[in-house]
Amino acid sequence: MIALVRIYASYGERAVLGDVSFSVGTGEFVGIIGPNGAGKTTLLKILTGVKKPSAGAVIVNGRDIATMGRREIARMMAVVPQSSFVPPLFTVEDVVSTGRYAHGGARRITASRDDSLAIERAMLITGSEKFRDRFVCELSGGERQGVLIARALAQQPSLLVLDEPTANLDLRHQMSVLTLIGSLVRDHGLTAIMVIHDLNLAARFCDRLVLMHDGVIISRGSVEEVLTAENIGAAYGVSALVRHDDAVNAFQVAVTRIADHAHNGQESLEW
Amino acid sequence: MNALSKRRSMVAATFFVLLALCCIVSVMSGPVFIHPFTVVRTFLNLLIQGAGPFKVESADQVIILTIRLPRVCMAALCGAGLALCGAAMQGLFRNPMAEPYVLGMSSGAGAGAAMAIALGAGSFLGGAAVPVCAFTGAALTIFVVYSIARTDGRVPAETLLLAGIAAGFFLHAIVSFIKLCSSDEALRDIVLWLMGSFTGTTWRGVAAAAPLIVAGGAVIMSLAPEINALQFGEESAMHLGVEVESVKRILLASSALITAACVASGGIIGFVGLVVPHVVRLTSGGDHRSLLGLSALAGGVFLVCADTVARSAGGVMELPVGIVTAAIGAPYFVYLLRRRKRAVSWW
Repeated sequence: MIALVRIYASYGERAVLGDVSFSVGTGEFVGIIGPNGAGKTTLLKILTGVKKPSAGAVIVNGRDIATMGRREIARMMAVVPQSSFVPPLFTVEDVVSTGRYAHGGARRITASRDDSLAIERAMLITGSEKFRDRFVCELSGGERQGVLIARALAQQPSLLVLDEPTANLDLRHQMSVLTLIGSLVRDHGLTAIMVIHDLNLAARFCDRLVLMHDGVIISRGSVEEVLTAENIGAAYGVSALVRHDDAVNAFQVAVTRIADHAHNGQESLEW
Repeated sequence: MNALSKRRSMVAATFFVLLALCCIVSVMSGPVFIHPFTVVRTFLNLLIQGAGPFKVESADQVIILTIRLPRVCMAALCGAGLALCGAAMQGLFRNPMAEPYVLGMSSGAGAGAAMAIALGAGSFLGGAAVPVCAFTGAALTIFVVYSIARTDGRVPAETLLLAGIAAGFFLHAIVSFIKLCSSDEALRDIVLWLMGSFTGTTWRGVAAAAPLIVAGGAVIMSLAPEINALQFGEESAMHLGVEVESVKRILLASSALITAACVASGGIIGFVGLVVPHVVRLTSGGDHRSLLGLSALAGGVFLVCADTVARSAGGVMELPVGIVTAAIGAPYFVYLLRRRKRAVSWW
């Protein structure tokens, strides 16, 4: 589906990614985890073709993303942004219909049959149809996230990229958003790549994990392989216990304390 | 069709009717009152190829066709152009304070016009020296601002705004210096020009401005979906499939063209471009597919009304239309804001 091949990236002089490679197959739900500043956001920018890598290539369905137009990329890949920004006085339906841009369907104010079907379906799946005529700025954070996912689904992509979809959501909305994405992957054949901070949610919902630290991948594979006490210690500088929790049927991480040999020496001195 | 799109069609229909009514009322009023039937008869004569089945006194016909009608057309065109550009700039910069003059174009036009007036060039180019210099000043300004903001083939919106503000202040200083050096008579002309007025508009002026405003307006309206996508930020717009940099370039070029044409025709008329889009947004939502067209209609209505007041209210002395737009517009806008308090967090 999508492969990153030996990606290097930098902002000016500062290198942020060094030799990052991984691939995601169709129907997989992959989580990208790692501490702040590990290069996850940069990786997403490169993955979506917004930023050009200084070396390496992103191959989507056998084609280099650098040779594709934005519209072509958008028909294949939809991004749910982390932004809490909402435009003024846009109704939910207005927002979801912008997802049809790449299909040429955002031009007319009365949508074509294909467009309105895609818009209706996207709103139904995410439960946003209840607020279709309300302004997005009046919705709660959880409802807004549903609208942004609906907009992404209206693009009818085969790959969904999510940037911390559970940030700023309460427990119930975190669960409902990830359950929704999980079912889209399992039942609708979508592929999903998500950056997420919460390791327990990542362990519970993702098929595979990619753990980043300081611009390189330090571990990748199944949840069991990646979420080990050693890996978590190396990446985050904390001591952690990892065990299988039968109640949720997943591996769960409990942080016990900040490690003595923290990865950030200055920070531990202040403590 | 949902409630909001019904409401949008209603609003559009209302504005069309209003625009027609305003134009008729505007042609009627002025130092000489002309009966509405006479106005309608003249229009009908015009439509039926001047064969003249309706009798109209020639004095009335001259006033209507050569003095008032070009002026009303120009006011409608400039109002529509400025409001449309205002809506586009607010959308592009995602900033409620944005307006057509935000990139320093008004100051550039002002500097061009002031220079032409101060040098006494009024009669050159068949009397068109002032508008031509104003247009050139505005066009040069946007070109310089764009070049300053450009880095590595990209034009970041924030840099563009700041470069515009810097250029605006610099050009404003030039205008002030020209004013300081001018004779009393030239100074008065410059001040009046800067306040904006449609006095003495000719069909020739309308013919020069109309193609620019209409063409630029058509381009901007066709970019409504792109502006919608931009509301979530430039990166998000790219994810939706928009080629952001080229859209930005086309938008800036078209609105620069419109703004330069408007400023050259009517001077620096403030407030229309800033407030009309907000008023439309409050009545029929922020979707640019409806917002752009409705803003253009509402801007036309508003400026035709303001110009009518400008030439009727003061008796013999005509008021600068820029004063009228602010004096009528500001209280109405405050009223709308108060009525819809919850929408104040609209940005």
